[in-house]
Amino acid sequence: MAARQAPTLAASDGITRSAAPDAETAPGPLAIRGMTIAYGEKPAVFSVDMSITPGSMTAIIGPNGAGKSTLLKAALGIVPALSGTVTVFGRPIGEMGRRIAYVPQRASVDWDFPARVQDVVAMGLYRELGLLGWMRPRDRERVRDCLERVHMAAFAGRQIGQLSGGQQQRVFLARALAQDADLYLLDEPFAGVDAATEAAIIGVLTALRDAGRTIVCVHHDLSTVSAYFDHVFMINVSRIAEGPVATTFTAANLQATYGGRLLAAQIRDLGLGDVPRPDAPCPAPLRS
Amino acid sequence: MSAEFVQLSLVPLLIGTLAAMACAVPGNFLVLRRQALMGDAISHVVLPGIVAAFLITGRVSTWPMMLGAAGAAVVAVVIIELIRRIGRVEPGAAMGVTFTAMFAGGVLLLEQSDTSAVHLDVEHALYGNLESLVWLAADGWASLGDRAALADLPPELLRMGMAAALVLALTALFWRPLKIATFDEGFARSQGIPVRLLGFGLVVVAAIAAVAAFDAVGSIIVIAMFICPPAAARLMTNSLERQLGWSMVFAALAAILGYVLAGYGPGWIGSPHAVSASGMIATISGLILALACLFGPARSRLSAPSEP
Repeated sequence: MAARQAPTLAASDGITRSAAPDAETAPGPLAIRGMTIAYGEKPAVFSVDMSITPGSMTAIIGPNGAGKSTLLKAALGIVPALSGTVTVFGRPIGEMGRRIAYVPQRASVDWDFPARVQDVVAMGLYRELGLLGWMRPRDRERVRDCLERVHMAAFAGRQIGQLSGGQQQRVFLARALAQDADLYLLDEPFAGVDAATEAAIIGVLTALRDAGRTIVCVHHDLSTVSAYFDHVFMINVSRIAEGPVATTFTAANLQATYGGRLLAAQIRDLGLGDVPRPDAPCPAPLRS
Repeated sequence: MSAEFVQLSLVPLLIGTLAAMACAVPGNFLVLRRQALMGDAISHVVLPGIVAAFLITGRVSTWPMMLGAAGAAVVAVVIIELIRRIGRVEPGAAMGVTFTAMFAGGVLLLEQSDTSAVHLDVEHALYGNLESLVWLAADGWASLGDRAALADLPPELLRMGMAAALVLALTALFWRPLKIATFDEGFARSQGIPVRLLGFGLVVVAAIAAVAAFDAVGSIIVIAMFICPPAAARLMTNSLERQLGWSMVFAALAAILGYVLAGYGPGWIGSPHAVSASGMIATISGLILALACLFGPARSRLSAPSEP
Protein backbone atom coordinates (compact mmCIF):
# COMPACT_ATOMS: atom_id res chain seq x y z
CA MET A 1 0.00 0.00 0.00
CA ALA A 2 2.64 2.51 1.05
CA ALA A 3 4.76 1.62 -1.95
CA ARG A 4 1.88 2.39 -4.28
CA GLN A 5 1.09 5.66 -2.59
CA ALA A 6 4.56 7.11 -2.74
CA PRO A 7 4.63 7.93 -6.47
CA THR A 8 1.06 9.23 -6.46
CA LEU A 9 1.95 11.58 -3.62
CA ALA A 10 4.72 13.04 -5.71
CA ALA A 11 2.46 13.28 -8.74
CA SER A 12 -0.35 14.99 -6.93
CA ASP A 13 1.63 17.64 -5.11
CA GLY A 14 3.32 19.07 -8.18
CA ILE A 15 0.74 21.83 -8.46
CA THR A 16 -0.01 22.32 -4.83
CA ARG A 17 3.56 22.89 -3.74
CA SER A 18 3.82 25.93 -5.98
CA ALA A 19 0.41 27.09 -4.76
CA ALA A 20 1.40 26.85 -1.10
CA PRO A 21 5.19 27.07 -0.92
CA ASP A 22 5.28 27.55 2.84
CA ALA A 23 3.52 24.30 3.63
CA GLU A 24 5.78 22.06 5.66
CA THR A 25 4.40 18.89 4.19
CA ALA A 26 2.50 18.27 1.00
CA PRO A 27 -1.02 19.55 1.67
CA GLY A 28 -3.64 16.81 1.72
CA PRO A 29 -6.40 16.54 -0.84
CA LEU A 30 -9.02 17.31 1.81
CA ALA A 31 -8.46 18.68 5.30
CA ILE A 32 -11.28 19.68 7.62
CA ARG A 33 -10.67 21.45 10.94
CA GLY A 34 -13.16 21.88 13.75
CA MET A 35 -16.31 21.52 11.68
CA THR A 36 -19.63 21.80 13.51
CA ILE A 37 -22.96 21.60 11.69
CA ALA A 38 -26.38 21.87 13.28
CA TYR A 39 -29.93 21.55 12.07
CA GLY A 40 -31.95 23.38 14.67
CA GLU A 41 -30.52 23.08 18.19
CA LYS A 42 -28.87 19.68 18.01
CA PRO A 43 -25.48 19.37 16.34
CA ALA A 44 -25.41 16.87 13.47
CA VAL A 45 -21.63 17.04 13.30
CA PHE A 46 -19.58 18.29 16.22
CA SER A 47 -16.05 19.68 16.03
CA VAL A 48 -14.81 17.20 13.45
CA ASP A 49 -11.30 17.10 12.04
CA MET A 50 -10.54 15.11 8.93
CA SER A 51 -7.31 14.65 7.03
CA ILE A 52 -7.55 12.61 3.84
CA THR A 53 -4.38 10.86 2.67
CA PRO A 54 -3.34 11.66 -0.93
CA GLY A 55 -4.07 8.85 -3.36
CA SER A 56 -6.15 6.96 -0.84
CA MET A 57 -9.60 5.47 -1.02
CA THR A 58 -11.42 6.33 2.17
CA ALA A 59 -14.75 5.07 3.49
CA ILE A 60 -16.69 7.37 5.80
CA ILE A 61 -18.68 5.05 8.03
CA GLY A 62 -21.01 5.49 10.97
CA PRO A 63 -24.59 4.75 12.01
CA ASN A 64 -27.65 6.43 10.50
CA GLY A 65 -27.82 10.06 11.53
CA ALA A 66 -24.12 10.13 12.40
CA GLY A 67 -23.54 13.06 10.05
CA LYS A 68 -21.65 11.25 7.28
CA SER A 69 -23.43 12.88 4.33
CA THR A 70 -23.81 16.15 6.18
CA LEU A 71 -20.06 16.37 6.73
CA LEU A 72 -19.44 15.85 3.02
CA LYS A 73 -22.07 18.42 2.01
CA ALA A 74 -20.79 21.00 4.48
CA ALA A 75 -17.22 20.47 3.28
CA LEU A 76 -18.45 21.35 -0.22
CA GLY A 77 -20.49 24.32 1.02
CA ILE A 78 -23.77 22.68 0.03
CA VAL A 79 -25.10 22.97 3.58
CA PRO A 80 -23.88 25.73 5.91
CA ALA A 81 -21.51 24.89 8.76
CA LEU A 82 -21.54 26.74 12.08
CA SER A 83 -17.77 26.62 12.25
CA GLY A 84 -14.79 24.93 10.70
CA THR A 85 -12.35 25.33 7.86
CA VAL A 86 -11.94 23.21 4.75
CA THR A 87 -8.83 23.14 2.60
CA VAL A 88 -8.34 21.21 -0.62
CA PHE A 89 -4.74 20.58 -1.64
CA GLY A 90 -3.79 23.26 0.86
CA ARG A 91 -6.02 25.99 -0.55
CA PRO A 92 -9.47 27.24 0.48
CA ILE A 93 -12.10 25.05 -1.14
CA GLY A 94 -13.66 27.97 -3.00
CA GLU A 95 -10.56 28.21 -5.20
CA MET A 96 -10.28 24.50 -5.83
CA GLY A 97 -13.72 23.61 -7.15
CA ARG A 98 -12.29 22.51 -10.47
CA ARG A 99 -10.32 19.71 -8.82
CA ILE A 100 -13.27 18.21 -6.94
CA ALA A 101 -15.98 15.95 -8.32
CA TYR A 102 -19.06 15.35 -6.18
CA VAL A 103 -21.54 12.51 -6.62
CA PRO A 104 -24.70 13.20 -4.59
CA GLN A 105 -27.02 10.48 -3.33
CA ARG A 106 -29.01 9.06 -6.20
CA ALA A 107 -32.28 9.66 -4.33
CA SER A 108 -31.57 13.37 -3.97
CA VAL A 109 -32.76 14.24 -7.48
CA ASP A 110 -35.96 13.80 -9.48
CA TRP A 111 -35.14 11.29 -12.20
CA ASP A 112 -38.27 12.27 -14.10
CA PHE A 113 -36.38 15.38 -15.23
CA PRO A 114 -36.41 15.74 -19.03
CA ALA A 115 -32.84 14.76 -19.80
CA ARG A 116 -31.06 11.96 -21.56
CA VAL A 117 -28.11 10.07 -20.13
CA GLN A 118 -25.64 12.04 -22.25
CA ASP A 119 -27.18 15.35 -21.09
CA VAL A 120 -26.52 14.48 -17.45
CA VAL A 121 -22.92 13.43 -18.12
CA ALA A 122 -22.36 16.66 -20.08
CA MET A 123 -23.26 18.61 -16.92
CA GLY A 124 -19.86 17.53 -15.63
CA LEU A 125 -18.29 19.80 -18.26
CA TYR A 126 -19.98 22.92 -16.85
CA ARG A 127 -16.86 24.48 -15.37
CA GLU A 128 -15.03 24.08 -18.67
CA LEU A 129 -17.80 25.18 -20.99
CA GLY A 130 -19.13 27.98 -18.79
CA LEU A 131 -22.36 29.78 -19.60
CA LEU A 132 -22.30 29.73 -23.36
CA GLY A 133 -19.44 27.47 -24.52
CA TRP A 134 -20.51 25.08 -27.25
CA MET A 135 -20.06 21.33 -26.93
CA ARG A 136 -17.22 20.59 -29.35
CA PRO A 137 -16.78 17.20 -30.99
CA ARG A 138 -14.05 16.31 -28.49
CA ASP A 139 -16.39 17.19 -25.59
CA ARG A 140 -18.99 14.79 -27.00
CA GLU A 141 -16.26 12.21 -27.34
CA ARG A 142 -15.32 12.72 -23.70
CA VAL A 143 -18.93 12.24 -22.61
CA ARG A 144 -19.04 9.04 -24.64
CA ASP A 145 -15.75 7.85 -23.17
CA CYS A 146 -16.94 8.47 -19.61
CA LEU A 147 -20.11 6.49 -20.34
CA GLU A 148 -18.02 3.66 -21.73
CA ARG A 149 -15.94 3.53 -18.55
CA VAL A 150 -19.12 2.79 -16.56
CA HIS A 151 -20.48 0.47 -19.29
CA MET A 152 -23.36 2.79 -20.13
CA ALA A 153 -22.46 3.93 -23.66
CA ALA A 154 -25.37 1.97 -25.12
CA PHE A 155 -27.78 4.07 -23.05
CA ALA A 156 -26.47 7.52 -24.09
CA GLY A 157 -29.77 8.60 -25.65
CA ARG A 158 -32.05 7.03 -23.04
CA GLN A 159 -34.26 9.16 -20.79
CA ILE A 160 -32.80 9.00 -17.28
CA GLY A 161 -36.11 8.02 -15.68
CA GLN A 162 -36.13 4.81 -17.70
CA LEU A 163 -32.92 3.53 -16.10
CA SER A 164 -32.62 1.14 -13.19
CA GLY A 165 -31.23 2.46 -9.91
CA GLY A 166 -27.83 0.98 -10.59
CA GLN A 167 -27.72 2.48 -14.07
CA GLN A 168 -28.64 5.88 -12.67
CA GLN A 169 -25.80 5.61 -10.17
CA ARG A 170 -23.38 4.80 -13.00
CA VAL A 171 -24.59 7.87 -14.92
CA PHE A 172 -23.80 9.99 -11.85
CA LEU A 173 -20.35 8.44 -11.70
CA ALA A 174 -19.82 9.14 -15.42
CA ARG A 175 -20.71 12.79 -14.81
CA ALA A 176 -18.04 12.92 -12.09
CA LEU A 177 -15.53 11.28 -14.46
CA ALA A 178 -16.26 14.00 -17.03
CA GLN A 179 -14.99 16.56 -14.50
CA ASP A 180 -11.58 14.88 -14.58
CA ALA A 181 -11.00 15.86 -10.94
CA ASP A 182 -8.24 14.99 -8.48
CA LEU A 183 -10.57 14.48 -5.52
CA TYR A 184 -13.78 12.45 -5.82
CA LEU A 185 -16.40 12.76 -3.09
CA LEU A 186 -19.22 10.20 -3.36
CA ASP A 187 -22.31 10.00 -1.16
CA GLU A 188 -23.42 6.37 -0.76
CA PRO A 189 -22.54 5.28 -4.31
CA PHE A 190 -23.40 1.65 -3.52
CA ALA A 191 -26.81 2.30 -1.96
CA GLY A 192 -29.54 0.22 -3.60
CA VAL A 193 -27.53 -0.87 -6.64
CA ASP A 194 -27.26 -4.31 -8.22
CA ALA A 195 -24.15 -6.45 -7.95
CA ALA A 196 -23.03 -5.70 -11.52
CA THR A 197 -23.16 -1.96 -10.83
CA GLU A 198 -21.32 -2.34 -7.55
CA ALA A 199 -18.54 -4.20 -9.34
CA ALA A 200 -18.44 -1.62 -12.15
CA ILE A 201 -18.25 1.29 -9.72
CA ILE A 202 -15.56 -0.23 -7.55
CA GLY A 203 -13.57 -1.04 -10.69
CA VAL A 204 -13.72 2.58 -11.87
CA LEU A 205 -12.88 3.98 -8.43
CA THR A 206 -9.95 1.62 -7.95
CA ALA A 207 -8.57 2.59 -11.36
CA LEU A 208 -8.86 6.27 -10.42
CA ARG A 209 -7.07 5.67 -7.14
CA ASP A 210 -4.32 3.73 -8.91
CA ALA A 211 -3.93 6.71 -11.25
CA GLY A 212 -3.19 8.93 -8.25
CA ARG A 213 -6.62 10.38 -7.63
CA THR A 214 -8.14 10.50 -4.14
CA ILE A 215 -11.51 8.90 -3.42
CA VAL A 216 -13.78 9.52 -0.43
CA CYS A 217 -17.04 7.58 -0.14
CA VAL A 218 -19.81 7.75 2.40
CA HIS A 219 -20.33 4.03 2.87
CA HIS A 220 -22.87 1.96 4.75
CA ASP A 221 -21.92 -1.65 4.13
CA LEU A 222 -19.40 -2.67 6.80
CA SER A 223 -18.84 -6.07 5.19
CA THR A 224 -17.14 -4.52 2.14
CA VAL A 225 -14.99 -1.88 3.87
CA SER A 226 -11.86 -4.07 4.04
CA ALA A 227 -12.24 -5.28 0.46
CA TYR A 228 -12.95 -1.91 -1.19
CA PHE A 229 -11.10 0.73 0.82
CA ASP A 230 -7.60 1.34 2.13
CA HIS A 231 -8.54 4.07 4.63
CA VAL A 232 -11.51 4.53 6.92
CA PHE A 233 -13.03 7.52 8.72
CA MET A 234 -15.39 6.62 11.55
CA ILE A 235 -17.89 9.18 12.73
CA ASN A 236 -20.81 9.40 15.10
CA VAL A 237 -21.48 13.14 15.31
CA SER A 238 -17.89 13.45 16.59
CA ARG A 239 -14.93 11.83 14.91
CA ILE A 240 -14.22 8.43 16.40
CA ALA A 241 -11.19 7.28 14.42
CA GLU A 242 -9.36 7.84 11.16
CA GLY A 243 -6.57 5.93 9.46
CA PRO A 244 -5.62 2.89 7.37
CA VAL A 245 -8.23 0.14 7.34
CA ALA A 246 -5.70 -2.40 8.63
CA THR A 247 -5.11 -0.55 11.89
CA THR A 248 -8.27 1.55 12.32
CA PHE A 249 -11.14 -0.70 11.27
CA THR A 250 -11.05 -2.59 14.57
CA ALA A 251 -13.69 -4.13 16.77
CA ALA A 252 -13.04 -1.52 19.46
CA ASN A 253 -13.46 1.42 17.08
CA LEU A 254 -16.60 -0.11 15.58
CA GLN A 255 -18.04 -0.55 19.05
CA ALA A 256 -17.21 3.08 19.85
CA THR A 257 -18.79 4.27 16.58
CA TYR A 258 -21.94 2.19 16.54
CA GLY A 259 -22.39 1.61 20.28
CA GLY A 260 -25.11 -0.87 21.10
CA ARG A 261 -26.45 -0.69 17.57
CA LEU A 262 -23.85 -3.06 16.30
CA LEU A 263 -24.08 -6.49 17.85
CA ALA A 264 -20.97 -8.28 18.94
CA ALA A 265 -21.92 -11.10 16.57
CA GLN A 266 -21.91 -8.73 13.60
CA ILE A 267 -18.46 -7.49 14.49
CA ARG A 268 -17.25 -11.08 14.78
CA ASP A 269 -18.68 -11.73 11.29
CA LEU A 270 -16.41 -9.03 9.94
CA GLY A 271 -13.47 -11.14 11.10
CA LEU A 272 -12.18 -8.52 13.48
CA GLY A 273 -11.96 -10.72 16.56
CA ASP A 274 -13.77 -10.26 19.83
CA VAL A 275 -15.37 -7.10 21.06
CA PRO A 276 -13.78 -5.58 24.14
CA ARG A 277 -15.94 -5.76 27.24
CA PRO A 278 -17.85 -2.55 27.84
CA ASP A 279 -16.20 -2.09 31.24
CA ALA A 280 -12.72 -2.33 29.79
CA PRO A 281 -11.49 1.27 29.52
CA CYS A 282 -9.19 0.66 26.57
CA PRO A 283 -8.61 -1.94 23.89
CA ALA A 284 -6.16 -4.79 24.36
CA PRO A 285 -2.75 -3.05 24.36
CA LEU A 286 -3.33 -1.36 27.71
CA ARG A 287 -4.99 -4.27 29.45
CA SER A 288 -2.92 -5.18 32.48
CA MET B 1 -61.27 41.89 -44.72
CA SER B 2 -57.52 42.36 -44.68
CA ALA B 3 -57.80 46.01 -43.64
CA GLU B 4 -60.14 45.03 -40.84
CA PHE B 5 -57.84 42.20 -39.79
CA VAL B 6 -54.79 44.47 -39.54
CA GLN B 7 -56.82 47.12 -37.73
CA LEU B 8 -58.59 44.94 -35.21
CA SER B 9 -56.89 41.58 -34.90
CA LEU B 10 -53.22 41.75 -35.83
CA VAL B 11 -51.98 43.58 -32.73
CA PRO B 12 -54.05 41.56 -30.22
CA LEU B 13 -52.84 38.35 -31.88
CA LEU B 14 -49.21 39.47 -31.67
CA ILE B 15 -49.51 40.64 -28.06
CA GLY B 16 -51.34 37.49 -27.03
CA THR B 17 -48.75 35.28 -28.69
CA LEU B 18 -45.80 37.17 -27.21
CA ALA B 19 -47.40 37.15 -23.75
CA ALA B 20 -48.09 33.43 -23.91
CA MET B 21 -44.54 32.67 -25.06
CA ALA B 22 -42.92 35.00 -22.50
CA CYS B 23 -44.79 33.22 -19.70
CA ALA B 24 -44.22 29.71 -21.07
CA VAL B 25 -40.42 30.04 -21.11
CA PRO B 26 -39.88 30.56 -17.34
CA GLY B 27 -42.92 28.34 -16.81
CA ASN B 28 -40.86 25.35 -17.97
CA PHE B 29 -38.50 25.77 -15.03
CA LEU B 30 -41.22 26.66 -12.54
CA VAL B 31 -43.09 23.44 -13.40
CA LEU B 32 -39.94 21.29 -13.19
CA ARG B 33 -39.03 22.87 -9.84
CA ARG B 34 -42.53 22.19 -8.53
CA GLN B 35 -43.07 25.91 -8.15
CA ALA B 36 -45.85 26.13 -10.73
CA LEU B 37 -48.06 28.15 -8.43
CA MET B 38 -45.32 30.74 -8.09
CA GLY B 39 -46.66 32.32 -11.30
CA ASP B 40 -50.09 32.52 -9.72
CA ALA B 41 -48.69 34.06 -6.56
CA ILE B 42 -46.70 36.64 -8.53
CA SER B 43 -49.68 37.69 -10.63
CA HIS B 44 -51.79 38.19 -7.51
CA VAL B 45 -49.21 40.03 -5.46
CA VAL B 46 -48.24 42.55 -8.13
CA LEU B 47 -51.77 43.86 -8.76
CA PRO B 48 -51.79 46.50 -6.00
CA GLY B 49 -48.33 47.63 -7.13
CA ILE B 50 -49.50 48.11 -10.70
CA VAL B 51 -52.60 49.99 -9.55
CA ALA B 52 -50.57 52.18 -7.21
CA ALA B 53 -48.15 52.99 -10.01
CA PHE B 54 -51.11 53.97 -12.18
CA LEU B 55 -52.63 56.15 -9.45
CA ILE B 56 -49.34 57.99 -8.94
CA THR B 57 -48.40 58.52 -12.58
CA GLY B 58 -51.90 58.72 -14.00
CA ARG B 59 -51.14 56.48 -16.95
CA VAL B 60 -50.39 52.89 -17.81
CA SER B 61 -46.71 52.81 -18.75
CA THR B 62 -43.92 50.28 -18.52
CA TRP B 63 -41.41 51.39 -15.93
CA PRO B 64 -43.80 52.67 -13.26
CA MET B 65 -45.74 49.42 -13.60
CA MET B 66 -42.60 47.29 -13.24
CA LEU B 67 -41.42 49.34 -10.26
CA GLY B 68 -44.84 49.16 -8.65
CA ALA B 69 -44.91 45.39 -9.16
CA ALA B 70 -41.42 45.02 -7.69
CA GLY B 71 -42.41 47.16 -4.70
CA ALA B 72 -45.49 45.03 -4.14
CA ALA B 73 -43.38 41.87 -4.25
CA VAL B 74 -41.04 43.26 -1.57
CA VAL B 75 -44.02 44.25 0.58
CA ALA B 76 -45.40 40.72 0.15
CA VAL B 77 -42.15 39.13 1.33
CA VAL B 78 -42.04 41.40 4.39
CA ILE B 79 -45.68 40.68 5.27
CA ILE B 80 -45.15 36.92 4.90
CA GLU B 81 -42.14 37.04 7.22
CA LEU B 82 -44.03 39.19 9.76
CA ILE B 83 -47.02 36.84 9.79
CA ARG B 84 -44.74 33.83 10.16
CA ARG B 85 -42.72 35.29 13.00
CA ILE B 86 -45.36 37.22 14.93
CA GLY B 87 -48.32 34.98 14.26
CA ARG B 88 -46.35 31.71 14.29
CA VAL B 89 -48.41 30.57 11.31
CA GLU B 90 -47.08 27.88 8.99
CA PRO B 91 -45.41 29.34 5.84
CA GLY B 92 -47.99 28.03 3.35
CA ALA B 93 -50.82 29.70 5.20
CA ALA B 94 -48.84 32.93 5.61
CA MET B 95 -48.18 33.05 1.87
CA GLY B 96 -51.73 32.16 0.88
CA VAL B 97 -53.26 34.85 3.05
CA THR B 98 -50.74 37.46 1.89
CA PHE B 99 -51.26 36.80 -1.81
CA THR B 100 -55.03 36.87 -1.55
CA ALA B 101 -55.13 39.91 0.72
CA MET B 102 -52.83 41.92 -1.54
CA PHE B 103 -54.80 40.94 -4.60
CA ALA B 104 -58.05 41.94 -2.87
CA GLY B 105 -56.45 45.23 -1.84
CA GLY B 106 -55.51 45.85 -5.45
CA VAL B 107 -59.07 45.17 -6.61
CA LEU B 108 -60.52 47.56 -4.00
CA LEU B 109 -57.98 50.24 -4.87
CA LEU B 110 -58.84 49.89 -8.53
CA GLU B 111 -62.57 50.09 -7.86
CA GLN B 112 -62.26 53.29 -5.88
CA SER B 113 -60.02 55.09 -8.35
CA ASP B 114 -61.13 56.99 -11.43
CA THR B 115 -59.75 55.02 -14.32
CA SER B 116 -62.29 55.93 -16.96
CA ALA B 117 -59.65 57.65 -19.08
CA VAL B 118 -57.71 54.46 -19.71
CA HIS B 119 -58.49 50.79 -20.03
CA LEU B 120 -57.75 49.88 -16.48
CA ASP B 121 -60.62 48.72 -14.36
CA VAL B 122 -61.41 45.69 -12.28
CA GLU B 123 -62.71 43.59 -15.14
CA HIS B 124 -59.68 44.29 -17.34
CA ALA B 125 -57.27 43.73 -14.48
CA LEU B 126 -58.77 40.32 -13.92
CA TYR B 127 -59.42 39.19 -17.49
CA GLY B 128 -57.23 41.46 -19.62
CA ASN B 129 -58.32 43.65 -22.49
CA LEU B 130 -56.76 42.05 -25.50
CA GLU B 131 -59.73 42.95 -27.75
CA SER B 132 -59.30 46.68 -27.14
CA LEU B 133 -55.66 46.81 -28.27
CA VAL B 134 -56.61 47.82 -31.77
CA TRP B 135 -54.54 49.68 -34.37
CA LEU B 136 -57.01 52.23 -35.72
CA ALA B 137 -54.48 54.07 -37.88
CA ALA B 138 -53.96 50.99 -40.02
CA ASP B 139 -55.86 50.52 -43.27
CA GLY B 140 -54.26 47.31 -44.53
CA TRP B 141 -50.98 45.42 -44.64
CA ALA B 142 -49.35 48.43 -46.31
CA SER B 143 -49.59 50.27 -42.99
CA LEU B 144 -46.71 48.13 -41.72
CA GLY B 145 -44.44 50.29 -43.90
CA ASP B 146 -46.17 53.56 -43.05
CA ARG B 147 -44.28 55.50 -40.43
CA ALA B 148 -47.23 57.63 -39.36
CA ALA B 149 -49.44 54.59 -38.89
CA LEU B 150 -46.71 52.69 -37.02
CA ALA B 151 -46.41 55.56 -34.55
CA ASP B 152 -50.01 54.91 -33.61
CA LEU B 153 -49.42 51.26 -32.69
CA PRO B 154 -50.63 50.48 -29.17
CA PRO B 155 -47.65 50.93 -26.78
CA GLU B 156 -48.54 47.60 -25.20
CA LEU B 157 -47.12 45.83 -28.26
CA LEU B 158 -43.64 47.29 -27.85
CA ARG B 159 -43.75 46.65 -24.10
CA MET B 160 -44.73 43.03 -24.55
CA GLY B 161 -42.18 42.56 -27.33
CA MET B 162 -39.38 43.92 -25.16
CA ALA B 163 -40.43 41.82 -22.19
CA ALA B 164 -40.54 38.67 -24.34
CA ALA B 165 -37.11 39.46 -25.81
CA LEU B 166 -35.66 40.04 -22.32
CA VAL B 167 -37.13 36.79 -20.99
CA LEU B 168 -35.75 34.84 -23.94
CA ALA B 169 -32.32 36.45 -23.77
CA LEU B 170 -31.93 35.83 -20.02
CA THR B 171 -33.11 32.24 -20.38
CA ALA B 172 -30.65 31.61 -23.21
CA LEU B 173 -27.78 33.20 -21.27
CA PHE B 174 -28.39 31.20 -18.07
CA TRP B 175 -29.74 28.06 -19.72
CA ARG B 176 -26.94 25.73 -18.67
CA PRO B 177 -26.73 26.64 -14.95
CA LEU B 178 -30.55 26.82 -14.74
CA LYS B 179 -30.81 23.33 -16.17
CA ILE B 180 -28.16 21.91 -13.82
CA ALA B 181 -29.56 23.65 -10.73
CA THR B 182 -33.10 22.54 -11.54
CA PHE B 183 -32.06 18.90 -11.95
CA ASP B 184 -29.49 18.53 -9.17
CA GLU B 185 -29.14 21.35 -6.68
CA GLY B 186 -26.36 19.71 -4.64
CA PHE B 187 -24.22 19.08 -7.70
CA ALA B 188 -24.92 22.62 -8.95
CA ARG B 189 -23.62 24.07 -5.68
CA SER B 190 -20.51 21.89 -5.92
CA GLN B 191 -19.93 23.42 -9.36
CA GLY B 192 -19.98 26.93 -7.91
CA ILE B 193 -23.38 27.76 -9.39
CA PRO B 194 -25.15 30.36 -7.20
CA VAL B 195 -28.28 28.27 -6.80
CA ARG B 196 -30.28 30.66 -4.62
CA LEU B 197 -29.49 33.68 -6.76
CA LEU B 198 -30.48 31.75 -9.87
CA GLY B 199 -33.78 30.68 -8.28
CA PHE B 200 -34.46 34.28 -7.33
CA GLY B 201 -33.61 35.43 -10.86
CA LEU B 202 -36.05 32.90 -12.27
CA VAL B 203 -38.85 34.33 -10.12
CA VAL B 204 -37.93 37.88 -11.20
CA VAL B 205 -38.04 36.87 -14.87
CA ALA B 206 -41.42 35.20 -14.30
CA ALA B 207 -42.63 38.40 -12.64
CA ILE B 208 -41.49 40.49 -15.62
CA ALA B 209 -43.42 38.19 -17.93
CA ALA B 210 -46.48 38.28 -15.65
CA VAL B 211 -46.54 42.07 -15.40
CA ALA B 212 -46.06 42.52 -19.12
CA ALA B 213 -48.77 39.98 -19.87
CA PHE B 214 -51.10 41.83 -17.52
CA ASP B 215 -52.47 43.92 -20.42
CA ALA B 216 -53.19 40.96 -22.57
CA VAL B 217 -54.73 38.42 -20.26
CA GLY B 218 -55.18 40.05 -16.87
CA SER B 219 -53.80 38.73 -13.65
CA ILE B 220 -55.87 35.59 -13.16
CA ILE B 221 -55.67 33.79 -16.45
CA VAL B 222 -51.91 34.35 -16.74
CA ILE B 223 -51.47 31.27 -14.54
CA ALA B 224 -52.69 29.09 -17.41
CA MET B 225 -49.94 30.55 -19.58
CA PHE B 226 -47.27 29.68 -17.02
CA ILE B 227 -48.37 26.11 -16.49
CA CYS B 228 -50.30 24.60 -19.40
CA PRO B 229 -47.84 24.95 -22.32
CA PRO B 230 -44.79 23.66 -20.34
CA ALA B 231 -46.78 20.85 -18.74
CA ALA B 232 -48.09 19.77 -22.13
CA ALA B 233 -44.61 20.12 -23.66
CA ARG B 234 -43.18 17.81 -20.98
CA LEU B 235 -45.48 15.09 -22.27
CA MET B 236 -44.15 15.49 -25.82
CA THR B 237 -40.42 14.93 -25.27
CA ASN B 238 -37.73 13.82 -22.84
CA SER B 239 -35.28 16.57 -23.70
CA LEU B 240 -35.42 19.93 -21.95
CA GLU B 241 -34.35 21.80 -25.07
CA ARG B 242 -37.14 20.26 -27.11
CA GLN B 243 -39.56 20.79 -24.25
CA LEU B 244 -38.83 24.52 -24.41
CA GLY B 245 -39.52 24.49 -28.15
CA TRP B 246 -42.78 22.60 -27.74
CA SER B 247 -43.91 24.91 -24.94
CA MET B 248 -43.44 27.95 -27.19
CA VAL B 249 -45.32 26.28 -30.02
CA PHE B 250 -48.19 25.38 -27.68
CA ALA B 251 -48.22 28.90 -26.22
CA ALA B 252 -48.46 30.49 -29.65
CA LEU B 253 -51.08 27.97 -30.74
CA ALA B 254 -53.23 28.64 -27.67
CA ALA B 255 -52.97 32.41 -28.11
CA ILE B 256 -53.82 32.41 -31.81
CA LEU B 257 -56.52 29.74 -31.70
CA GLY B 258 -57.97 31.24 -28.53
CA TYR B 259 -58.17 34.72 -29.95
CA VAL B 260 -59.66 33.61 -33.26
CA LEU B 261 -62.20 31.28 -31.64
CA ALA B 262 -63.24 33.94 -29.13
CA GLY B 263 -63.77 36.52 -31.86
CA TYR B 264 -65.27 34.43 -34.63
CA GLY B 265 -66.28 31.16 -32.98
CA PRO B 266 -69.60 32.37 -31.53
CA GLY B 267 -70.56 33.70 -34.99
CA TRP B 268 -70.03 30.27 -36.50
CA ILE B 269 -72.65 28.83 -34.17
CA GLY B 270 -75.04 31.69 -34.74
CA SER B 271 -74.35 33.79 -31.64
CA PRO B 272 -73.89 37.50 -32.23
CA HIS B 273 -71.57 38.09 -29.25
CA ALA B 274 -67.84 37.39 -29.09
CA VAL B 275 -66.52 35.77 -25.88
CA SER B 276 -63.53 36.80 -23.73
CA ALA B 277 -60.31 36.25 -25.65
CA SER B 278 -58.21 35.58 -22.55
CA GLY B 279 -60.79 33.13 -21.28
CA MET B 280 -60.70 31.29 -24.60
CA ILE B 281 -56.87 31.32 -24.65
CA ALA B 282 -56.79 29.70 -21.21
CA THR B 283 -59.43 27.19 -22.28
CA ILE B 284 -57.44 26.23 -25.38
CA SER B 285 -54.29 25.93 -23.22
CA GLY B 286 -56.17 23.49 -21.01
CA LEU B 287 -57.41 21.54 -24.02
CA ILE B 288 -53.87 21.26 -25.40
CA LEU B 289 -52.73 19.92 -22.04
CA ALA B 290 -55.60 17.43 -22.01
CA LEU B 291 -54.71 16.22 -25.52
CA ALA B 292 -51.04 15.91 -24.53
CA CYS B 293 -52.08 13.86 -21.49
CA LEU B 294 -54.01 11.51 -23.74
CA PHE B 295 -51.68 11.27 -26.71
CA GLY B 296 -48.26 12.75 -25.77
CA PRO B 297 -45.43 10.34 -26.67
CA ALA B 298 -43.50 10.90 -23.40
CA ARG B 299 -46.47 10.53 -21.06
CA SER B 300 -45.82 6.92 -20.03
CA ARG B 301 -42.42 7.54 -18.51
CA LEU B 302 -43.61 7.25 -14.91
CA SER B 303 -44.51 3.62 -15.41
CA ALA B 304 -40.97 2.80 -16.53
CA PRO B 305 -39.30 0.16 -14.37
CA SER B 306 -37.10 1.58 -11.63
CA GLU B 307 -35.16 -1.59 -11.00
CA PRO B 308 -33.89 -4.21 -13.46
